[in-house]
Order: sequence, then structure tokens, then C-alpha cells
Amino acid sequence: MRHLRNPYVQVGLWTVAITSVVGVVVWTLPWEPEQASTQAGPIDTLYDVLALISSFFFALVVSVLIVSVVHFRKRSPDDLRDGAPLHGNTRLEVIWTTIPAILMVGTAVYSGLVLADIEDSKANERTIKVTSEQFAWTFDYAEGTQFRSGELHLVKDTPYHFRLHAKDVLHSFWVPQFRMKKDAVPGIETNVRVTPTRIGRYTLACAELCGLGHSTMRATVVVEDQPAFDRWAERQRSGKGPQPGGVASEQGQSVP
Amino acid sequence: MAGMAVAPNVTFVRRMMQPGWIRAAWMTLAGAAFAVGLVVGIRALYGTYVFEEDPLVTVILIAAPLAFLVGIGGFDYWGRYIIGAPTKPDDHADHGAHSWKDYFKVNTDHKVIGVQYVVTALFFMFVGGALAEVIRAELAQPGQQIVDPNTYNGLFSVHASLMIFLVVIPIFAGLANYVLPLMIGAPDMAFPRLNALSYWLLPVAGVMMTASFLVPDGGAFNTGWTAYAPLSTNAPLGQQFFTIGVQFAGTSSIMTALNFIVTIITMRAPGMTFWRMPLLVWANFSTSLLVVIATPFVAGSQFLVLLDRTLHSNFFDSSQGGDVISYQHIFWFYSHPAVYIMMLPGFGIISEIISTKSRKPIFGYRLMALSLLAILVLGFTVWAHHMFVSGMWTWLRVPMMITTMLIAVPTGIKIFSWLATLWKGVLELSTPMLFALGFISMFTLGGISGIMLAAIPVDIHTSDTYFVVAHIHYVLFGGSMFTIFAGIYYWYPKMTGRMYDERLGKLHFWMTFIGFNVTFGPMHWIGLEGMPRRVADYADKFAAWNLVSSIGAFFLGMAMLVFAYNFIVSWAGGPRAPGNPWRARTLEWQVSSPPPIFNFDEIPQIVGGPYEYGVPGSVHAVLNGGREKVPVGADGNGHAAAPAGNGNGNGSHRE
Repeated sequence: MRHLRNPYVQVGLWTVAITSVVGVVVWTLPWEPEQASTQAGPIDTLYDVLALISSFFFALVVSVLIVSVVHFRKRSPDDLRDGAPLHGNTRLEVIWTTIPAILMVGTAVYSGLVLADIEDSKANERTIKVTSEQFAWTFDYAEGTQFRSGELHLVKDTPYHFRLHAKDVLHSFWVPQFRMKKDAVPGIETNVRVTPTRIGRYTLACAELCGLGHSTMRATVVVEDQPAFDRWAERQRSGKGPQPGGVASEQGQSVP
Repeated sequence: MAGMAVAPNVTFVRRMMQPGWIRAAWMTLAGAAFAVGLVVGIRALYGTYVFEEDPLVTVILIAAPLAFLVGIGGFDYWGRYIIGAPTKPDDHADHGAHSWKDYFKVNTDHKVIGVQYVVTALFFMFVGGALAEVIRAELAQPGQQIVDPNTYNGLFSVHASLMIFLVVIPIFAGLANYVLPLMIGAPDMAFPRLNALSYWLLPVAGVMMTASFLVPDGGAFNTGWTAYAPLSTNAPLGQQFFTIGVQFAGTSSIMTALNFIVTIITMRAPGMTFWRMPLLVWANFSTSLLVVIATPFVAGSQFLVLLDRTLHSNFFDSSQGGDVISYQHIFWFYSHPAVYIMMLPGFGIISEIISTKSRKPIFGYRLMALSLLAILVLGFTVWAHHMFVSGMWTWLRVPMMITTMLIAVPTGIKIFSWLATLWKGVLELSTPMLFALGFISMFTLGGISGIMLAAIPVDIHTSDTYFVVAHIHYVLFGGSMFTIFAGIYYWYPKMTGRMYDERLGKLHFWMTFIGFNVTFGPMHWIGLEGMPRRVADYADKFAAWNLVSSIGAFFLGMAMLVFAYNFIVSWAGGPRAPGNPWRARTLEWQVSSPPPIFNFDEIPQIVGGPYEYGVPGSVHAVLNGGREKVPVGADGNGHAAAPAGNGNGNGSHRE
């Protein structure tokens, strides 16, 4: 038991304990909303891996702080001693320079691979033109005859390519359950790709400050199967469904 | 009779013409009148409507503050020099402060200017903090309760602008202004008059930004402190108060930074080589280089916005061939280095405190200095990580991700070196040390979320969400503000000549530490869950954690009241501070508290490193022509004390 009082051993124990607690919290709690696209999985895994590596370093730092405060605290006001005159340790400094550097490059490579994966364009992807303006979204479909909607309806397991446009100021296209986000920029076209995987209703939120109505610039996103989508598209073409124009799109009731 | 009538007139004219508040007041009015005349005259010549609000206010905002600076006396010496009048020989009559009134005058003493900076910045910290409390009050529940969306957008925009340009950046400049010349054994800064002018630009910027709430048409600027075009170029009049306010704050920064660079290069005491400089001096050297190189870019970005707004140029108007994204590149080319401008001086403060309060030399001193330079260089290569979802050239993202992640390496070196400095020390857990230790833990969390945000796929999800709000507050509050509080408590005895109340200081720390984490910790989660930032309203599912955040924010506000009470009451009636209450070794502690007007009777001679705690017989400096050595006698604890620890000498010196 005597070596448990050794400060180095204590740092080790604290590090293991804190890493375990934080690690369990990171891996078990639902940090992100449900995954509703093929992009969500790899992004969440990357987040979890980063969080786990980070929890080790955070635990290490906090452990050294705790043990230092407990072990090396000045006990009385009359204690006028100096600490050990350690000026450095070349080997240690090389270690804590190179290991993080290698780890960071590794993380960057892993992130780059995930990035290439989630932005990959698919052969059978469908294209929707997204137009944003203060404070509404409009979606232009080009399936058979063209039509326009204030609600975004998507077919499950179909890769989509959104071409983003902005009429006035910057806006940003973001469905948290899809994890993907891209600004819509006046004057240029930007692109974002999503393959929805889960049937349900979601909210498209503007994520770039765009003025007074920024917090209300939302649109309903519906992921459904092909027959449901076809019925909706038919109604849209005949002008019965929800039409574009901000708040009005809230009134759409096309999904069973 | 005539003589009697003239005499009072002469004194009246003299009073009106003396530098000071009376002259500042009428000159400000005259400046505004000149601006109105200029705009009205030119518009009348062109035959357009003369009382157009926007150009009128714009020119007033430029002319009136410049006239104020002339009136208060910021240009007096140079004015005489320029027009060929005999310059007044400087008799140093304006050096030092003899009563509180002297702090409200143009003063060329770096110690007076340091106090002016710190107190002004703290004042705006309370203004910005009050705005934050209103933000949290509004966000405590979903829906709209207290302020309308327009006011809300103004609140967070002014909050961020004040905290960045009027609090964090200048308060570091103020602390360094006070202690840096002392630390390097100099009698003052290199350019005392420039120093005074730098300070007086600051309240101008702060008053301008705060006053934007009074604009009748549209209220305060409400496009965020980032002022992205084209939202900002089409925003109501309040935007001009930011666009022009930044010019004044930025000019102040640049001039101070130049002053630091020249001071550090040319005014070090004999023997103070670069490798014998305290790390605070290294930190401010690196910061000043960042400021001088980067700050012109934010000034430029706002000039372009100004031109687009006022003269209808088309830099950011895409329908006229303008390029919207180029604004973000110019803006972030400053504003990312600005993050290091707001952090490196704090690193310097923490190094001073950790070494002194652990009674140990800084572990790996040279690598600590070099890592500052590494951050300085890398800091210029990462700006576009703020733009991963902006629609910029996609190829730029991966290189920016790699450089961003590599910045973790020099930052990690600093954290590990501080930990190694604590190890086997004799830790005195007084208030500055508590804030330093709190800083290390909280800044580590901020760094961790920073690495996550650097990973492009994670950033795509979390960009512009509350995760980012959490991250920047862990870096700028858990990071910068903790170092600022540490520094204020550490140098409080030196700057005021009084001791602060240690129990209240510790209470302030613990309330801040708890309040800070309760406020900003939950924001990580609601951001990941999908709450965008800069929203006046949010979905019901985020309500619980937002309420927790708001309660934390109110608690944090109370912590700041404890700080204010301690700060003011101790200054008025705290116990007198000895010259060196912390038994520190750097030079600022070897003179009285507060120091004599010209700092040192004789310029000291530097003979060793600044942090040689526990090294028998070590000497940092020789003062007063060899009659005093630092550390001095048993009190300075140089030779009397034996090193603590196991004492087997194992690895006690670098090979």
C-alpha cells in the first residue's frame, strides 16, 4: 500500500479513473440527435474517437493538477522553502512535442478520409435547387415536370445533391439529424450532399445569422419512401400542396 | 477699466485652451459641427438632399472623436512640433499620479497609463457582462420575453465587440504597460506620448460601440462582432458605430504593439538578453508582432464595409460583381490571430504566477519562449478554419485543418511545462494561483473542443451552433479572463500599493469557476443536439439546459460583484503592500509598491535568469550599483532555504 502514496502512482490512478468516467459518459450518452443520413455515422464516430482521446489528455492534466495541489501544497505560512530547481528535461520535452504532433497528424488524416467519404458524389444522385432569402427556403425539384415547394421532401436512401443559392445575405443549410451544413452565398452556387436514411420529419434551420428573422428561418424536412413522395409530388405539381414562402410552409399537411 | 475687463477674459481663454476636459468638450462639439458643415456643404454643391442621416453620422463619428483627442491633449506636443512652434521642454511634470484626478488626464507615465487601461477595460467588462445577463435572461425560456429579436441581435453583437476590443485585448495591454517596463529594467515605455494617445483612443471606441444602442433608427449594430457582409453592408445606421469604432480600437492596439516591440528591443537593462527575459515579456513580444501584422486587416475589412455602405462601392455586392466570401477571408486573417492576441499575454501571466507560486524555475524555459513564436507563425496559417462551411474553395480546407491541429503542439508544450513546473514545487494556493490552476484545466477543455472543431467533418455539424459558443467561452473566459483575473490579483499590490482581501479573492475564484462551468458547460451539449447560435428563440427541447445556463450566468454575475467590491474597497483601504509580497524574483517586485515615478534609481544590471528559485547563490539582477542583489537576503530566500523534494538531486538540472 505504501506505493499508493507515491505521487506518480497517484497521477496514474487519477488519470485512469477520470478517463474511464469521462470515456463512459462520452460513449454512452446520446450527444448528437438521431442519425438520419449516411453522413451522420462517420461524423459521430470521428467525434467519439476525438472525445475519447481528448478525455485521456484532459484526465492527465487534471490529475497532475490534483496531485500537485494535494502533495506539494505549502503547509504553513512560515514555510519559506523553494521547490526543486528543475530547469527542464530534454527527453521529456521531446516526448511531449513529438507524440502530440504525431497524434495530430493522424487525426488530420483520419478527418480527411471521413471528409472525402461524406462529400463523395454518387452516380444516381438527384439534384434539388435550394433558394434562401430573408427568411424562407424554397426548393426547386426537377423530377419529370418541374415544381417548387416550401417543404423539403426526400426519398429515403436516395443520394441528394443540393445546389444552394442566396438571394440577399448569407444563410446556411443545416438539418442537425443529417449533420451536414453549408452556407448559401449570394452570387455563387455552393453544394452539399446528403443521403437520408431514416423516415421522419425534421427541421431545416438557418445556421448563419441573417437578420431579424434568423431564429425563425426554418423549413420542414420530410424523409419518406418513394410512393409517399410520388403522391406528394403530384399534389405539388397540381398546386394543392404547400407553396413556398416562409411561415406559410408550416401549414403543409402532406405526410401521413 | 479696459485692463480690468481683459484680465478675466485672458484667464477664461487660457482655461478654454488648456488641454483637458473643457477643451475636449468644446472641440468635440466643434468637430461635430465641422462634420455637419462639410457633409451639408458638399451635398448642397451636388444639389442632393442635404440632411441625409447616414453620411452625416458617419463623418461625425470620425471627426468628433479626433477633435476630442486633440482637445484632451493627445496631440499637443506633436502639434507644436508640426507647426514649427517651440516645443515645451518635457519637465516630467505630467509623470505619475498624485490624486485620482490625474487618471482622467493625458499622462505619459506607463504606470498611470497601465492603471487607466485596466480600469477602463474593467468598466467595459461590467457593461459587456450586463449585456450578457440580459441575453441569458431572454434565453432562460423559449419564446420572447424581455427583448425583441432586433434588440437581441444588438445585445450579443455589442457584448462580443466590447469583450474583445474593449476588455480582453486592452486589459492585457494595460497589465503589460504597467509591469513590462519594470520587468526589463526600463524607466518607461519607448514612446510615452504615443502610449498616452493609444490609451485615449480606447474609451472613444468603447463609448461609440455602447452608444449605438441610442441610435433611434434600428438600434445597436446587430450583425454579430463578425459583421459578415452583405448583412452588415445593408444593416441600419447602428452598424456604422461598429465599423468606425473598430478603427479606433484597432489603431490603439497597433500603436501600443509598436511601442512594446521597440521598448522590448531597445530598452532592456544591460545584461537582459532575450534568454533572460521573463516569459511575460516574451509573450507580449509575440503578441505585439501579431497585432502589428494582423490588425490592419480587420481595419481594412471594416473600411471596405464603410465604403460599401456610405459611398456605394461594390466590394461585397454580388449583383455588382462583388465577392461576398472575400470579406470573411480578410476578416479572419485578423480575427484568428486575434484569438492568440487574446491568449499569448495570458500565457505570459500564467508563467510568472506558476513559477513564483510554486517556487520553482519554469520548466523548459527556452521551449516555452520558442513555442510562443511557433504559435505566432502558425497563427497566420489557420484563418480559414472559421470558413469550413462557408462555400470557399474546397481545397483550402484540409491544409487549414492540418495547421490548426498542429497549433495544439506548441500549446500542449506550454500546458505540460506548466504542469512540470508545479511538480515538486511548494505551492502557495492564493487567489492568483487558484485562477492560474483554474485556467490550466478550463483552457485544456477549450483546446480540446478546438481540436474537435478543427476536424472538418465535426465542424460541418457543429459550426455556427452553441458548441462554438461553448468553445469560445472556454477559450476566452476559461482561458483569457482567468489569466486576466490571475494577473490582476497578482499585480494588485504592485499597482495599487494595497493588498486585496484574500478570502474575498478565493470566494470570487470559486464562484467564478462554478458559475462559469454551469453557464457554458451545457452549451456543448445543446450545440451538438442542434441549437444554432445567435438565435433569440429556440425549440422547446433545449429549454432545460438553457435555464441551467442562465442560472449559471446570474451566479457568475454575482461573482463579479464580489470581485468589484474587493477591488474597490481594498484599493481605498486595504493594508499597505510591501514591495515584494510574493517573494518573487522578477524586477518589478524589487522596487516599492507602487514603484517610484521613474521606476529605478539606477538602471539595474541583469546577471542571470528570472526564475532561479531554489538554485543556491543565484542572482537575477544587481540593483543600485551593486548595493542590492536580487533576491535579497533571507527574505528573498536565495541562499537560506534548501530545496524541497527528495533532495537526491536526481535530474535537477538540464544536462
